Amino acid sequence: MTLSVSDVKRVADLAYIEIDEDEAKETLIQLSGIFNLIETMQAVDTSTVEPMSHAQSVVQRLREDAVTETDQRELYQSIAPQVEAGLYLVPQVIE
Amino acid sequence: MFNASLKQLSLQLTEKKISSTELTTEFLKRIKALNPEYNAFITVNEELSLAQAQAADKMRASGQAGPLTGIPIAQKDIFCTKGWLTTCGSKMLSNFVSPYDAGVIERFNQAGAVNIGKTNMDEFAMGSSNETSFYGPVKNPWDHAAVPGGSSGGAACAVAARLAPAATGTDTGGSIRQPAALCGISGIKPTYGLVSRYGMIAFASSLDQGGPMAKSAEDLALLLNVMTGFDPRDSTSLQRDAEDYARDLQKPLAGLRIGLPKEYFAEGMSKDVENAIEKALDEYRKLGAQTVEVSLPNAPLAIPVYYVLAPAEASSNLSRFDGVRYGHRAKSYGDLADMYRKSRAEGFGAEVKRRILIGTYVLSHGYYDAYYIKAQKLRRLIAQDFAEAYKQCDIIMGPTTPTVAFNLGEKSGDPIQMYLSDIYTSAANLTGMPAMSIPVGFGDKNRPVGLHIIGNYFSEAQMLNVAHQYQLATGWHLQSPV
Amino acid sequence: MQWEIVIGLEVHAQLSTQSKIFSGSSTAYGAAPNTQASVIDLALPGVLPVLNKGAVERAIKLGLSVGAEINSPSIFARKNYFYPDLPKGYQISQYELPVVQGGNIQIQVDGTEKNIRLTRAHLEEDAGKSLHEDFHGMSGIDLNRAGTPLLEIVSEPDMRSSAEAVAYAKILHALVRWIGICDGNMQEGSFRCDANVSVRPLGTEKLGTRCEIKNLNSFRFLEKAIDYEARRQIEILEDGGAIRQETRLYDANKDETRTMRTKEDANDYRYFPDPDLLPLEIPQSWIDQIKQTLPELPQARRDRYISKFALSAYDASVLISSREMADYFDATLKQLPTQAKLCANWIMGEISGQLNKEGIEMTACPITPAQLAELLARISDGTISGKAAKSVFESMWNGELDKNVDAIIEAKGLKQISDDSAIEKLVDQVLAANAQQVADYRNGKEKAFNSLIGQIMKATQGKANPAQVNAMLKKKLDG
Repeated sequence: MTLSVSDVKRVADLAYIEIDEDEAKETLIQLSGIFNLIETMQAVDTSTVEPMSHAQSVVQRLREDAVTETDQRELYQSIAPQVEAGLYLVPQVIE
Repeated sequence: MFNASLKQLSLQLTEKKISSTELTTEFLKRIKALNPEYNAFITVNEELSLAQAQAADKMRASGQAGPLTGIPIAQKDIFCTKGWLTTCGSKMLSNFVSPYDAGVIERFNQAGAVNIGKTNMDEFAMGSSNETSFYGPVKNPWDHAAVPGGSSGGAACAVAARLAPAATGTDTGGSIRQPAALCGISGIKPTYGLVSRYGMIAFASSLDQGGPMAKSAEDLALLLNVMTGFDPRDSTSLQRDAEDYARDLQKPLAGLRIGLPKEYFAEGMSKDVENAIEKALDEYRKLGAQTVEVSLPNAPLAIPVYYVLAPAEASSNLSRFDGVRYGHRAKSYGDLADMYRKSRAEGFGAEVKRRILIGTYVLSHGYYDAYYIKAQKLRRLIAQDFAEAYKQCDIIMGPTTPTVAFNLGEKSGDPIQMYLSDIYTSAANLTGMPAMSIPVGFGDKNRPVGLHIIGNYFSEAQMLNVAHQYQLATGWHLQSPV
Repeated sequence: MQWEIVIGLEVHAQLSTQSKIFSGSSTAYGAAPNTQASVIDLALPGVLPVLNKGAVERAIKLGLSVGAEINSPSIFARKNYFYPDLPKGYQISQYELPVVQGGNIQIQVDGTEKNIRLTRAHLEEDAGKSLHEDFHGMSGIDLNRAGTPLLEIVSEPDMRSSAEAVAYAKILHALVRWIGICDGNMQEGSFRCDANVSVRPLGTEKLGTRCEIKNLNSFRFLEKAIDYEARRQIEILEDGGAIRQETRLYDANKDETRTMRTKEDANDYRYFPDPDLLPLEIPQSWIDQIKQTLPELPQARRDRYISKFALSAYDASVLISSREMADYFDATLKQLPTQAKLCANWIMGEISGQLNKEGIEMTACPITPAQLAELLARISDGTISGKAAKSVFESMWNGELDKNVDAIIEAKGLKQISDDSAIEKLVDQVLAANAQQVADYRNGKEKAFNSLIGQIMKATQGKANPAQVNAMLKKKLDG
């Protein structure tokens, strides 16, 4: 598998991280090395193995349907970058 | 006082030889004097710590004290702590004063422990040297030219340099055990699901587990008694009866079968580490244990598997950092997407971005099966290897790290070399098994060596017993760099 | 060329739980912005989701009601994309293994029955809201809705016209309210439709390229959007063009759909199992328990109305359009077991009409089923005419005379003349006074008969029993 600068840019775009040409080139070198390491996985035949998502084979616990939270807007918005009239402000959302 | 065990401190508090306020004041003074050199703490808040100490003294006076009441504990800056700056070592959260407490913090608060400060760490726990912290590197107390390990580097340094009697850490691929080994202290990552992840800022949810770091196995047992327990707010938290992790400390080790994976005693381990580990194993044989060779054929793949799964989960876990509701927002930006891209580019450091990109890539369309699913299948094979090995032994041992602490800057430009520091530790995160590191001597440049002890699920009490018996017989854990 | 329209629907039904799907915040509508957004809904660092039992229970109810499989385990996955109303940067949804799999819904269009297959229904969380009022050129984000439980119900592309799509959506809308899992309030966004529309030459198998029209929040918009979109696609194809797969928005003001995003700029959602949530296992015992609490389902009730009460398929379908109406019908019929058709007509006609006019719900109807039954009994026993009954109904609706039917009839003097000798006398009087029309009738002018009836009714101010008058007149003229 060979990565290209455009792959790096595409992924950075998906991850919403600004990246310039030089950074992309530098990142490409490092990611290529890491993916060479990752590629060693392909040597093992896993065709009959089930994927493992969790360390314990436990099932989801369910919460009773009850309202347990109270309004803490003032506290939570005290750490927000920009709020007005109880709303979080962001640059215009275009739909 | 600074070298005292938790048990000794607890006794002094009970016997009123010292108050929590005095104890806390002493440690705060020591931090104030030495932290500028070590950089082990990101935040110290004397006012908040002393208020807790005074409350602990009242608790003691009213006869409601537990073993940790009044004892200062350093908290890794990954645990959300109400009213405290909680940065996770990142610029992204450099202004984040948490409005709520993590489950672990609540447990320490209920036990009456004193939060002595928030410890430095690799940014979002991504690193093995503490060099990725936005707040700068931490020094290894044994050798100021060396790294303390990571990501719980501040915690390991704080305990080793006697800036705190004990500390909390978190471990996603070795972040408790590797710095414990490099700083010559003891640390344990419990079975996945025993310590609440609620309020512990997520790196890789299916691998992250909190645990204690201290001077001895005995201290770890006391800390585990407080830290573990069911938390209904964490779906992966396990509902189990409470246990006393100190219950088996005194058991003799005669008949103990120690498994030595041949894959861990192979190429890669440096000579000085090997010597120290062999001596430790000899000591165990003297204590009546026997060693058997076992095999973990897929264990060498733990690092590639880990570097698919952990970044994949991280790339998604870190999407919430967007500068909308809290955290860093870029000063100047154009439209909405630009605000996101600039805030995230500025707020995250290079290693975090690298892992987000790896994770985004392995989850992206067309690569998911080849990387993510493949890694999850290998994860199962690795877990099966351990299950097989435990048919032949009670406990597994090996080196915690392939080398002693490396120099600051030595590996920071080479991510792969850095990643290989976790070559022995990450398998326990993939399987969810408990694992710990204890100091067993010194290697090159008189830097500490850690013995890695991996147990089967829920065997923490036995592991602590195995570690404690060694520590009774030897004195490595009592050695102090200061 | 003749074209066939192919439609599949994705319906988002907001589940009627008290708290959110993964947090203990209230789901109540209309609260001040961000006052129902907890640390979990705000996606603060370190917070974790725990699944709401009430949401799962509602999903199971839907599954059982449409004859679907309940998957156990089902898996929650993360759908990753960035948007300010999505605080975590991912939506927790179900992807590969949804909780409900398969199922069927029967619709009727123009008297024809049709089966629509369901693909699946899965649990997911709703996003917050972006408010576009101008805050110095910025948008405001309200996260009260973030984390509200949704059940996304996905159909197979089994519908062939906008009428079928609307019929399906209405049946589903009635069903979710019927089984009490969703309040169905379309204005508040509790029930939203996305329509996948494609066209193909009639008689061919291969599906055409589809477009998805998002967020249709009324049945009328659903119909118009599909009609517009089908026309648009047919025009493009007939001009030799090709359809581009894309997501479109319906603009109700212009009655047209327009591009929202194309497939090319569609996000790569990077779905993967949410490591914070474990597999959802649903024991059979729980399913059985829920099965027992389910009310008689609309389809079963409709069948009962047709087979037991000889109602037409149309009447039965209208009556089951809501559980409240069907229950009202059942309660009325209980008092008047032989008059199913009369009861149905009045409930679908006067009662529904009046409720609609005043914008009130069936549950708040001022006339109880027992009171309606009393009124209808007076029609069936010949005490009053149907026309007079409408006047009594009006009085009852307005609460006159304690809604006492007989008292109102008495007070208004609406009692019918049903006495044969009295009617005979009236008929004789009218015949005597209208010799010319009698002669016309006998000469074959049928119209004259109606005119004579009119005269008789006029003479009694409409109170004579029309059937009796009719019979008596015929006897006199033809006899």
